[in-house]
Order: sequence, then C-alpha cells, then structure tokens
Amino acid sequence: MMSEAINSALFGWYPYLCLTVFLFGSLFRFDREQYTWKSGSSQLLRRSQLRWGSNLFHVGILAIFAGHFVGLLTPIWVFDMLGVSHGFKQGLAITVGGLAGIACFIGITLLAHRRLFDPRIRATSSVGDIAVLLILWVQLTLGLSTIFVSLNHMDGHEMVKFMNWAQGILTLQPSAAAYVADVNPIFKAHLLLGMTIFLIFPFTRLVHIWSAPIWYLGRRGYQVVRTRYTAPRGLRARRQPAE
Amino acid sequence: MSQFLDRLTFFRKNVETFSDGHGVVTREDRSWEDGYRKRWQHDKIVRSTHGVNCTGSCSWKIYVKGGIVTWETQQTDYPRTRPDLPNHEPRGCSRGASYSWYLYSGARVKYPMVRGRLLKLWRAARKTLSPVAAWASIVEDEASRKSYTSIRGHGGFVRVTWDEVTELIAAANAYTIRRHGPDRVIGFSPIPAMSMVSYAAGSRYLSLIGGVCMSFYDWYCDLPPASPQTWGEQTDVPESADWYNAGFIIVWGSNVPQTRTPDAHFYTEVRYKGTKSAVVSPDYAEATKFADIWLNPKQGTDAALALAMGHVILKEYYLQRTVPYFADYARRYTDMPFLVRLTARDGRYVPERLLRASELPGALGETNNPEWKTVAIDEISGELVAPLGSVGYRWGESAHWNLEEKDGRGRDIRLKLTLAGDGAEIAPVDFPYFGGRASEHFVATEHGEILGRNVPVRTIAVADGTAIKVATVHDLMMASYGIDRGFGGGNVAASYDDDVPFTPAWAERITGVKREAIITVAREFATNAEKTNGRSMIIIGAGMNHWYHMDMGYRGVINLLVFCGAVGQSGGGWSHYVGQEKLRPQTGWTPLAFALDWARPPRHQNSTSFFYAHTDQWRYETLTANEVLSPTAPEGDWQASFIDYNVRAERMGWLPSAPQMKQNSLDLAARASAAGMEAKDYVARGLKSGELELSCHDPDDPANWPRNMFVWRSNLLGSSGKGHEYFLKHLLGTKHGVMGKDLGAEGRVRNREVAWHDEAPEGKLDLLVTLDFRMSTTCVYSDVVLPTATWYEKNDLNTSDMHPFIHPLSAAVDPVWEARSDWEIYKGIAKAFSAVAPEVLGVEKDVVLTPIQHDTPGEMAQTFDVADWKRGEVEPIPGRTMPAVSVVTRDYPNTYARFTALGPLMSEIGNGGKGIAWKTQREVEALGALNGVHHDGAAKGLPKIDTDIDATEVILMLAPETNGEVAVRAWEALSKATGRHHAHLAIPKEDEKIRFRDIQAQPRKIISSPTWSGIESEKVCYNAGYTNVHELIPWRTLTGRQQLYQDHLWMRAFGEGFVTWKPPVDLKTIAAVKDKKPNGNREIVLNFITPHQKWGIHSTYTDNLLMLTLNRGGPVVWISETDAKAAGIVDNDWVEVFNSNGALTARAVVSQRVKPGMMLMYHAQEKIVNTPGSEMTGNRGGIHNSVTRTVLKPTHMIGGYAQQSYGFNYYGTVGSNRDEFIVVRKMANVDWLEAPLAAAE
Repeated sequence: MMSEAINSALFGWYPYLCLTVFLFGSLFRFDREQYTWKSGSSQLLRRSQLRWGSNLFHVGILAIFAGHFVGLLTPIWVFDMLGVSHGFKQGLAITVGGLAGIACFIGITLLAHRRLFDPRIRATSSVGDIAVLLILWVQLTLGLSTIFVSLNHMDGHEMVKFMNWAQGILTLQPSAAAYVADVNPIFKAHLLLGMTIFLIFPFTRLVHIWSAPIWYLGRRGYQVVRTRYTAPRGLRARRQPAE
Repeated sequence: MSQFLDRLTFFRKNVETFSDGHGVVTREDRSWEDGYRKRWQHDKIVRSTHGVNCTGSCSWKIYVKGGIVTWETQQTDYPRTRPDLPNHEPRGCSRGASYSWYLYSGARVKYPMVRGRLLKLWRAARKTLSPVAAWASIVEDEASRKSYTSIRGHGGFVRVTWDEVTELIAAANAYTIRRHGPDRVIGFSPIPAMSMVSYAAGSRYLSLIGGVCMSFYDWYCDLPPASPQTWGEQTDVPESADWYNAGFIIVWGSNVPQTRTPDAHFYTEVRYKGTKSAVVSPDYAEATKFADIWLNPKQGTDAALALAMGHVILKEYYLQRTVPYFADYARRYTDMPFLVRLTARDGRYVPERLLRASELPGALGETNNPEWKTVAIDEISGELVAPLGSVGYRWGESAHWNLEEKDGRGRDIRLKLTLAGDGAEIAPVDFPYFGGRASEHFVATEHGEILGRNVPVRTIAVADGTAIKVATVHDLMMASYGIDRGFGGGNVAASYDDDVPFTPAWAERITGVKREAIITVAREFATNAEKTNGRSMIIIGAGMNHWYHMDMGYRGVINLLVFCGAVGQSGGGWSHYVGQEKLRPQTGWTPLAFALDWARPPRHQNSTSFFYAHTDQWRYETLTANEVLSPTAPEGDWQASFIDYNVRAERMGWLPSAPQMKQNSLDLAARASAAGMEAKDYVARGLKSGELELSCHDPDDPANWPRNMFVWRSNLLGSSGKGHEYFLKHLLGTKHGVMGKDLGAEGRVRNREVAWHDEAPEGKLDLLVTLDFRMSTTCVYSDVVLPTATWYEKNDLNTSDMHPFIHPLSAAVDPVWEARSDWEIYKGIAKAFSAVAPEVLGVEKDVVLTPIQHDTPGEMAQTFDVADWKRGEVEPIPGRTMPAVSVVTRDYPNTYARFTALGPLMSEIGNGGKGIAWKTQREVEALGALNGVHHDGAAKGLPKIDTDIDATEVILMLAPETNGEVAVRAWEALSKATGRHHAHLAIPKEDEKIRFRDIQAQPRKIISSPTWSGIESEKVCYNAGYTNVHELIPWRTLTGRQQLYQDHLWMRAFGEGFVTWKPPVDLKTIAAVKDKKPNGNREIVLNFITPHQKWGIHSTYTDNLLMLTLNRGGPVVWISETDAKAAGIVDNDWVEVFNSNGALTARAVVSQRVKPGMMLMYHAQEKIVNTPGSEMTGNRGGIHNSVTRTVLKPTHMIGGYAQQSYGFNYYGTVGSNRDEFIVVRKMANVDWLEAPLAAAE
C-alpha cells in the first residue's frame, strides 16, 4: 500500500503540475513558436503503413478520448438521473473502449514500427517524436490491460472512484487523491502516465490536438475569402503600387 | 501582440457570406504571411558572376538585403540569339547557386593573418631595425627562419593589421630583390579570364618590380600541346552554341553535363534536331547518357581508338574513293601536300624534316627566309613550288602570308597530295612502333619496334647537287596508318580484321572496344562531314589530355577532324574544353597585367618546369628518356634525364627560366657597362666563359632558390600542385608524406647538366603569401594570409570560350570584415613597397632574359638542326641560339605611382598581340578623359588606374574585342601581312565601345578581332579556325597550314613526327610501398584517375557545406564493385590510397559505374575537411596530388621553331598525372590526429 503522502503527491498535487504545464506551456508555445506548431507528418517520406496506421490510431484514440472525457467528467448524478447504472456504464466502457482500444493499438503499432524502422523517418525524427509515440503505446497497453482487472468487478464501483477523483481534481480538491488510494496498481500506472502525457504535451507534436480543425465539421461556405490584409509599415513601403 | 489573444479578439472571424452562403469572408490575423513575404524580399539586385576556375562565365543576380548578400539566382537577360538557335540561358549551376554561403561562412578569411612565430620575430626585429634590415635579420639566421618555415601547415596564425602586414611583405620583397634578384619573387595565379583585374593586380605589381609570373594552363595539364603543334594556336574552340550546328558529335573524355553544366543544353537540344552522338568514356560518366553509341575504351588508350578510326576514314574516304570536299580541304588547309625529306638508313628510309625552298636550286626564287618556306609539287606545272602562307612569308615581307593557291612568284597553283601513280618510285620507309612497350597494366602487342612500309617517293636534285628522296605528308600519313595501297611490303592491312597497327582489329585488342563499333562511328562521323561540308565535331577534355602522351590522343583526334575538313567549319571541329577559359579582351588586358605600359619585356615562367626543378621532383625521376625514345631516333645524345633536357631547352632559348641567373640581375647591367659592353654581349660572353651561370644548372643552390612567393586566385597546394608532398618537403620545408627515396639514395643519379647535392634543400621559400577569401589548403600552408574580396564584393571582368559575352563581377556589398579586393591589396603592397624600397633600392637597371617567342620573327631563330652553345656547337647569340637579353629600368621608389597610372609606352610604342601591332594613342587619350589624369608625381599627365573599375576601363578601351575602332585598326594591321582585306569583319561595329557600366546593364557580345580565329556574326557561331578557312589567314605554323607532321628533330627523336600509339608510361611507384607496411587488409593496385568533379569546381565548393551535404561530406574515391570485392572494401569504408609519392585518405564509393582497374578521385577535394590521418605516413591524409609527381616530356620543350616556339601558357612542359598507379586498401585505424602539435606553443 502506497503511503498516504505519496498518494497525495502523485494523485492530489501532480495533476496540478501537469495541468499547469499543459495549459501555460501550450499557450506560451502557441504565442512564441508559431512555426513549430504543427503535427509533423512524415507522409512525405513514406506513405505505406500511414493510411491504416494513422486512421486506425486516430479513430481509436478519438473514441477513447471521448469515452474518457464523458465517462470521467460527467457528474454522477447525471447518470443517476438518466437511469444509467454503474454496471451498465462500465460494460459499455469496456466494450466500446475495448474495440476502440484495439483499433488504436493496431494503428499505433503500425506507426511505431514505421517510425522506428524506416531509416529516413528515423533519421528525421526528434527524440520527442519517438518518445511520444512510445509513451502513447505504453499508455494504451496499460489502458487495455485494465480491462482484465475491471472484468473482475463488473459492478462499476471502481469506476466511480475514478469519476470522483477526476471531478474532484477539476474542482480544485487535491484531497480527491484519496478516492484512488486503493485501486489496482495498473490503474495507478495508467493514471500517472496519463498525467505525464499532459506534462510533456506542450513540448511535443501533440500540440496539434489544440488546432484540430473541428469547425470544418460545421462550416458553411466552401470558398473562404480573407479580408484585405494591411501590412505593417515596414513592409507596406515595398508593396507596389499602392491600393 | 499575442497570437492567442489576437485570435480571441477575432472570435467571430466569419464576417460576411456570399454566393448564398457557399462562400465566406473571414477576418483573421494575417501577419504570419509576412514571414514568407520577407523571406524573398530584398533591397537590391546586383549583376555578378563567379570568378572560379570554370568556363561557365554565367551571369547571376546577387540579392542584397539589409547589407547582407542573401542568395543568388540566374540572370536571364542575355542578348537573344538569331532565329533557329536556342538561347544561351539559363546559365549557372548548383555550385554557383551555393556561392553566397562563403561570404559569411566559417571558412571565410576575415583578417590579415601571419604565422605567429614569424610575427614575433618581425616585431622583435622591428623594434630596433628598419624594415628591410629587420627582414634580413630573420631570414639570414637559419634557426629563426626555420622556426616558422618548418611548421607551415600546422596552424598558429595570428591577426595583424594591414599596415603591418604590407610592410612585412614589402620588406621581404625589397630584401630579396637586393640580395638575390627580382626574379626570386614569384607569383602564381591562374586563368585571368575568370577575374581579369584581380589577376592583373598581382601580375602588375610583380612585373613592375621585376618578379616572375607563373603559367597555369600547361601546369594544370589543360593545355593540349597538340594544339600549338598543329595550329600554332594555344587553344581556340567553338562556343557551345555551335554544338547546335553540328550533325555528328563525338564527346571524347569530356563530361559535358557535369563539368559544362550551363552549356549542356545545346547538346541536348541538337539531338532533337537529329544529330547523332557517340560518347567515348571508360566509365559510365554522366555524358554517356546522351550517347547513341557508347565506346568505353580502357583508360589511357584513346590514341589507339583514334588511330583506328583514322585508318577507316583514310581508307574509305581517301583511298577507296576520293571525296572532293575532303581532298580539296587537305590540299588547301593542311600540310598533307608538302614534301618531307627522307634520310637513308641501312638501305631504308626515315622521314626527316620538311623540304625548304632554300635547299632547292635558286631557292625557288625566294630571297626572304627561303629556309622557312616549305615546298610542295604543283599539279598544274608539275614543278616544285613554295606556296604562300608558310612562316617564311610572315616575316620580312608583306602581303604574301595568306592561303591563296599561289606560290611566291604569284603563279596560280594546285598542290599535289600524292606521288602515287604514273609509275612512281616506291621506297621502304620506317615508322617507330611503341605498342610493345606497354606496362603490365596495358596490352602490349608484338609487332616489332620498327614498322617498315612502302611509300611512293620522288628523287629530286637539291642545291648542293646531290639527289634526295622526298615524299608527301599525305603518302607518309597513309603508310603510317598502315593502309594497304598496293605498293607491296609489310605492315599494311588490306582488311580491318588484320592485326596490323592501326586497324580496328588491332585497336580492339588494346582498347577493348569492338571493331564494329569503331568502324561504325568512324564511318558515320566522316559521312556526316562529307554530306555537310565538315559539320562533324569532337568535344574533348581532360579525360584524354591529362596523360603523359596526351599529344598522341589529341593528334589522333585532330587528324580525324582534319581528314574530314571539319576544322574551321561551323558546327564542326575540335572542341577542347578544359581550363581554356578564353581571355577575350586579351590584348587590352596584357599591358595592364604585365605593366607593358612601363617596361618590356615582363618575366614569365612555365610552371611545370619550375616546380619540377624547385620542388625537387626531378630528384625522384623514375622515367628515363630511353623508355620514350624512338627506335628511329636520329643519331644524337638522347641519354639524358628530363631535367637535363629542360636545362638544354632553357639555355638554347626555348623555355623560360626562373630564377634566371645565379648572379643578381640588378648587378649585371652595371658589370656590363664597367666592362664597356652591351648587356647582351656581356651576358653571352659570361655564359660562354662560365663567369655567369644560368640558375637552371643548379636549382638546389641557395643562390638559385625562389624566395618569395605570392599565390592568389588559386589553391596551388590544395589542388593543382602535382607532387604535393614534394612541395611540402622541398619548397616549404614542412612535414610531408614522401615515401620514395631520391636517386642519390638509390645510386641512380643520371643527370649531367644539373648539379647534384647529396643533401636536398628543404624549405626554399622565405615567404609564402596567399590571398584568398576562404581558408583553403594553400592558406593553411602560407606564412601570410590576406583576406580578399569575394566575387560579390569587387568589380572585375569575366569571359569564357563557351559563349561570346563579356561579363562583370560587381560589388554587391563592400568586402566584409577586413577583406579588400585583390586590386586594393596589391595597390597597398605597392604603396608599402614604395615606402620601404629606398632603404636598399633606387632606380635600377635589370637584365631580363626571355625565351624566343612565338609570333615574333624570333620563331625563325633555329632553322634546321638543334645546336647547343654550351657544347660549343654554336656561338651564344641572344635571341637566336640563347635567350634574348634586355635591359629594363625599374624605378623602385615609384612602384606605387607606376601601378596606378597607365604608363608612357602605350603612346610611344602602341599595343598588339599574336604577331601584329597597332597604335593606341587615341585610346590613351580617351582613358585620360575617362579615368582622369595624375596631376603630379612620377606619373604626371598619365591616365589614372586607381580603382578596380578604372582598371576594367583600361582593358575594355585597349582591346579590339571591346572597342570597335581598335578592332578595325587591328584587322588592318593583319591585312599588311596577308595582303587581304579583313576589316569588313569589324567595320559594322567600328563605333561600338563597351564600357564597364554597359556590361553591368547586360552581358555584351564582343567584337570580331584578329586575336582569335573565329568571328562574331549574325550568321555563324564562334568557331575556331573559321578565319583561317574563310578569310585565308594562315595558321601560325611552319607551313601556315594545319601541321599534321611535326618535323623538329626532337619530335622525330621521340617518334612523334606522325601521330602514333604510345601506351601510358610506367612510373614505378608501387614496388617500394606495396605490402611493405601491412595493416591486415588486402592491398590492390589501380590506375589513379582524377576527373573534374560534380560537387565542386576544382577545390572551390568542396568545402562548401551545401555541396558537401549533397555528396559524402568529405573526400571520396570511386572504385568498381569488382575491385572493391577483391580488396574487401564496402561502400563508405575509409580507405588509404598511396604510392611512393605519398598517401591520401578518403571514403570509398563503390559503384558499377567505374571500370575495373581504375580508381576515380574527383580532383581537388580539400584536405581541410573530414580527412583523417594516414596509416602510412602518420600525417593527415593528403590531397589527390599527394600520390602524383610531375614528369616532363622533352617534345614540349622545343623552341625557336615556328609554332614550336615559346609563348606564356601557349607552349611548354605540361603537368600530366594520369599514368600514375596507386595501392589502395581499407584502413584499419581511422585516426583524426586531434592531439596538439608537439611543437605548439
């Protein structure tokens, strides 16, 4: 059993470190390093394995992300009100999450293989590019292995602990760490690595998530015209002829 | 302000819709676009080019932004070509496009720098001593001198100010002039055409102080001696646009797309017109992809291939049927109808020299130079005649030097090509055959050393009453090629399948090229020429010219062209493209460059002989004259070493000599007047008595050493220095990798003319000064490095033979850091010198020796036999049997005043070139008006040459190519000799005067001038020999025609009267090192070939990061898969390449492109980049020339004999390097030698 102090540091205070770096790091990078704000695709170097790898990975991870987001952050009373039992919710999470997880796992394995063993991609990859891929791979593996733990207690009470914890942290209650003090170590590892991903987020290509062009989904016009650009003074002088 | 907040501000970014909502207008931050916009914005564009050792001469836009040169792109505003001819542009390649990297790179030399130890000595001495005395105190003390000379190449530079460094250099020069003589101050700079003013800056300074300017074209082995031998012309070739006029092109040993990148498009384009192309290259070079047929002979056997093609052409187009165009061309424009004397020898005959009018009764009525008028038989009268145009008509009379079909008496003539028929007499004539002498690496054939063949001859009576036999060059040529004409006798072939020299079957054995391919290419080449009147072209280059016997390959090829009437015809001819950048406004440049406006003659030296002697490579000579001597050599003393031959050539006035005499040339005039004699008589007498001595007899005597050397616009030690390790050992006296022993140590001293010292000198130079913009290998070995302006920081001129335009180099920005243009640097040295000189020098009389010059009456100096005054065979007569002797007045304290003013001789004597002269008074006045005149001082009233632009204006004003008025005057001057009207070629442009600002606005086409043998016209492209054929101006040779037979005694002695097959020579550099110092890996022997490279132009660009990134980031050698396997080498392995000359290290590129048996090392990769230590020598791996050594060839030394007379960069010994073999093995231990030098302080 983990001592209470360590538990509190890792699950009560570490989340705030990660979230702070995540938010302010992203903001700072967005403001100062616009040219580095990119997904860093290697499609130009090699197309094969990318179509399957990238699509399976992205579809899977988006589903997982949505599942975690809704599953963890929706207040429990909402589920209660809707009459969704914890057991049913857990079953749903295991089924949908498991399927998405497998898709994502196949995808990320393809991507990792490609990144590590294609000499050109390997040569043009930064340490961060490789690290983030491997961390996600491990995190996914951990996530998938929690399924086997969860199958032992299908009533959903463990799941509620994580909901309480997550919601507690987001509502600025470090004491929420106590909710997860006694969960299976594999969950703890998954949580810790998950938080760490937030921590390294601003320093990696993950920042492209912020810029996911979700408004494409609801855009109206297919022709986009920008308003006239007025250059700063220094540049304006060289533009010929004046408007 | 903030990317994030700005976006929040425009949260509602969609401000408007249109087209029923299908379109949307957004308002969002667009300032990010400025990043891209600024990337390509610039403040100005300046026209410049790259003054690199490349014939590109491409016009470039140089972009400047915020005072920084940012990038460059190709200019596309060349004047349009005529309709139906592709335009020239875009010119420029990846190398040029990467040049701006240098300006701000780590490789840039930013400050004047001096070797630290030298500077300490200098400063200590200067505390108490005046400059010259200070320098004397350093170099006269052996220990202090050695303290800095022995660590050359090992770092230790410190910054210094311009004032201090110019004073040091000036003091060294002044000391050397006073102590040893001005000819101990040497300057090496190549290829003036690449930046004429920069070249002229240094050569003007040197010429004013009496220093020596060194040649480069022969030293680089880019000079094809076959050209002066055949045409009396250094090199003249078609512009690349003329490729488009060709009907059949053979590309032979030239890699057009790789080394002539901006011109290659004409080659591509003409193939769309239906032109066929054969490419001859041992390896699968880039050019081979253009080929319709690829011939891949074994490297070094090109002459055999050419001879076999010549065999086919002579047989099918001269013997089996007569092609009227070919026969007429041969009769009018070649020496083929001329008569050769035959000497009896053991009942057989050997071709001797060309018959002369003087030998015939009454000298055929010729009184002026009859011994220089060659003789042929006239078909019309059946008589012997002396046709117009031979060299005897050129001098001493007027209006008879032309190629009209007339003889000296004014009769119309038609020369007879052959004596065959009508029951002609047949005689056996002997020809030498060298094919049995091939080394183990080449195919030796068993045909005997002498091949006798029957030739139709005629017996004639000569003036002394005796009868001699003569034959025409044509008939001898047919016999020489082994063609069976039905005269009986042996050594001739009736069939191409006979194994007789020089049939296709014979060539197949030697070259490995199938006989059918040889026959096909020869036939198609000739048939095309027949149908098009000569539009068959051969593009040729270093691949052939860098061999010891390059003359044979070249003359074999030239014969093909001449047989087919292709020379001088648009779309045809000999296109030799290697290092021959054409200095188009040459005669305008020469006075500026060699200070001919102040004093004549200047001192010039052929570099090959100089470096052979002064880097002591002669002490290691492995080749003997016997190995290359003809079995039919006339009686004579031929058993001499090559340095002996060279010394004979120098004292007979054939080759120049520097330093010239053991005695200081500044003392000689005074000694002569003390003796009451003219200097020339005094020198002749002194040499004969032994009181005076030529330096060449003892190059290792400290009295004869070169002492100060300037290198600028060159990377002598990183690139062209053949025998690099010998340079390091003997000239510089530093660490070296020479592994062979000298002849003394081996007990094989053979030289007789030259003194032998058991102890060879190490470190002859007191001071080596290099001007460069980048820290090249040469800079690293220098004592003083001066930062010069790049090609984007100075004003200069640039021309090429690949196109007819003249370009500027322009200063886009001022020289950065403390760099200065070459003009300003030498001007500064001249100023410092003027200040320092009075300590030891005033107005001095300098006795100057010059060899007998081509294109002067002197070229008729030595008529029939070779006579050596030193052996008492003849009296020493300056300018006839020995070098000419002149006295030149040098005003040393006024060197600066003279440097910056156009001297009085331009008005007093005038200007000229290539044997013609004209007045320049009007141009001098115009320059005074343009540049201003000096108002006081030693140059009062003379036009200023203060800035580099002033200097360009001098060139442009004086040159016929850029001043129409001068062009007309020059053509009229030529008309006096030819008696024909030529000025029509320039009269339409008489009013045209090209100025520096004109060419900055747009490249300008030059004006036709008699300096060159082609014309600028709207009808034809520039093509060499065009005016010879179409204006009937003779070639500047003995017969005035294309000289296919070389009749000089030495040519005959070495078996090169007619072109023949001479296998590569054996330099014996392997046995001493192979398997002597094993590292566990297998050692194999390969032929070492050094072609021009793709990622650099010579050593420029091979230290450029952008170019290095495109290749392997450092030195590489290419080997075949077969050889690599044999030696256990895989691609990218570190290998060591060595022989007794030295060692180099590189990575291996293993490629199926390379022919087994050869190694390609792209020439001049810098050893300062990514080069580890050698396991053999323990020193850092060398450059490509670390495994080479210069070998001289006596036939290149001939002088005083018509076209075989000396001219600077025109004739002389050449530095061949492809006969070299090396050992290669994988390295076991790659040591970067990163420990500090033990001697460091």
